[in-house]
Amino acid sequence: MASALSFNNVNFRYAENYVLRDVSFGVEEGVCSCVIGPNGGGKTTLLKLALGILKPETGDIRIFDHRPHIGCKLIGYVPQHMQFDPKFPVTALEVVLMGRLDRLPWWGRFCDEDRDAAMASLAEVGLKDRCDSPFAQMSGGQKQRVLIARALATEPRLLLLDEPTANIDLSVEEQFLETLRSLPEKMTILMVSHDLGLVERLTEAVLCVNRNVHHHKVSDLDGHTLREIYSGELRKEHFEHHHDDD
Amino acid sequence: MIEFLEQLFSAGSIVQLAVLAGMIASISFGVVGTYVVARRISYIAAAIAHSVLGGIGGAVWLQHQLGWEWFHPMLGAVIAAIASALVIGWVSLYWKEREDTIISAVWSVGMSSGFLFLYFTPGFKGNLESFLLGNILYISTTDVWIMLLLGAIVVGLSIFFYNQLMAVCFDDEFARLRGVNVTVFFFMLLIVTGLSVVLLVQLAGIILAIALIVLPAATGLQVTRKLWHAMVVAVGLAMVFTSGGVGLSYVKELPAGPSIILLAATGYFGVLFWKKLSKR
Repeated sequence: MASALSFNNVNFRYAENYVLRDVSFGVEEGVCSCVIGPNGGGKTTLLKLALGILKPETGDIRIFDHRPHIGCKLIGYVPQHMQFDPKFPVTALEVVLMGRLDRLPWWGRFCDEDRDAAMASLAEVGLKDRCDSPFAQMSGGQKQRVLIARALATEPRLLLLDEPTANIDLSVEEQFLETLRSLPEKMTILMVSHDLGLVERLTEAVLCVNRNVHHHKVSDLDGHTLREIYSGELRKEHFEHHHDDD
Repeated sequence: MIEFLEQLFSAGSIVQLAVLAGMIASISFGVVGTYVVARRISYIAAAIAHSVLGGIGGAVWLQHQLGWEWFHPMLGAVIAAIASALVIGWVSLYWKEREDTIISAVWSVGMSSGFLFLYFTPGFKGNLESFLLGNILYISTTDVWIMLLLGAIVVGLSIFFYNQLMAVCFDDEFARLRGVNVTVFFFMLLIVTGLSVVLLVQLAGIILAIALIVLPAATGLQVTRKLWHAMVVAVGLAMVFTSGGVGLSYVKELPAGPSIILLAATGYFGVLFWKKLSKR
């Protein structure tokens, strides 16, 4: 099957030490995968390389056989909702319409077609009736869903999510799972997550990132092994935190 | 008061020109100020405002020393505003860790060079205070025409590129992924901010300019939920503050710039206080 996202011998560093070293993997089209690994292991760097925000020192990155600066148009990116100015005056619909910016006509106003598409995306995440609500006044879970709707409005072939369940109530998480499950089968999903439940219930493949990347199929791993990987990663993370504090 | 109203409606009077200039400039402040406050770059705008004195001083010096009569201080101000917007914008985008230092440097270098240029201009009879604090009652018809032209550029760009500017202010990373040239729009925002400051020099002076850009917009943002609603409210408030300030200064014989700013500040803190009270 064709690769939605592939890294070939990618090296990347910010300063002296390599964050990613000789990384090669492929994400199959239509598969839902999860990126896990300790903090500082390179998960966010991996996403930013795929989006073309960062450029690799050596190696080749392809998104549906395109280079990142072209391929990024096929990606619907969902950042963490915590990074936004909590007071910015913008409504849910206006946020979602930002997903249609590349279709904006020269006169700078959105067409009815774009508004319809944005409303349809909001409906997909179950927030159609909240379209005029101020983004700033929404709960964390609702903001996250608005950002997913914005990504969907770009009509992506690959959905990239950065810790979608971070800072969300447990009760909302179920809703979030439903939203992701209801997406079209053909959509490729790649998300960074610390959430073991999410990995087990939703994803088919796991990418373990800690300077290198290891690719596992969830079906090849039984729940026990998965938990082992995860707790191993988490313990390590815990250890590193302590180490930093010392 | 009645005398003020009589003056206001007599064609070509000082008061009428001053109020007219205030109205024209208010449209720019409201629109640009809302972007500035929403994007939280009012300190960048303040640095650009202060650096404008360097351009004014340079223009005055060139007029006297080299006899370049065409080099109007407003032209110098426009050049300085654009130059400092480019420098600060470049640092903010590509050299983030030094941003605050460079902003302070641009701020003080602009002011110092302005003072030095004026010091070296023999027989400089202009009033330094009028550049610093504004002198709306000395406004000429030519000034009003220049303000109209600058204001049209500022408002035209801000409204035409509303969707792009809003996206760049809200989430520049995502906007870039959607093919928006974030760098160009960020520089555009800084340059129209600089041009708005130039509009203000006559009205409220360099030092007070930033308050009139920020305060009506900040008030508007307190009471609205959409960016363009905040802009409309901010424009209206700026008009009320400038005309009110001119009226106050005429009737009570006060300096116009500080009167305008204190009115604007009263409005802002009033709304802030009222919002806090109504939340309880």
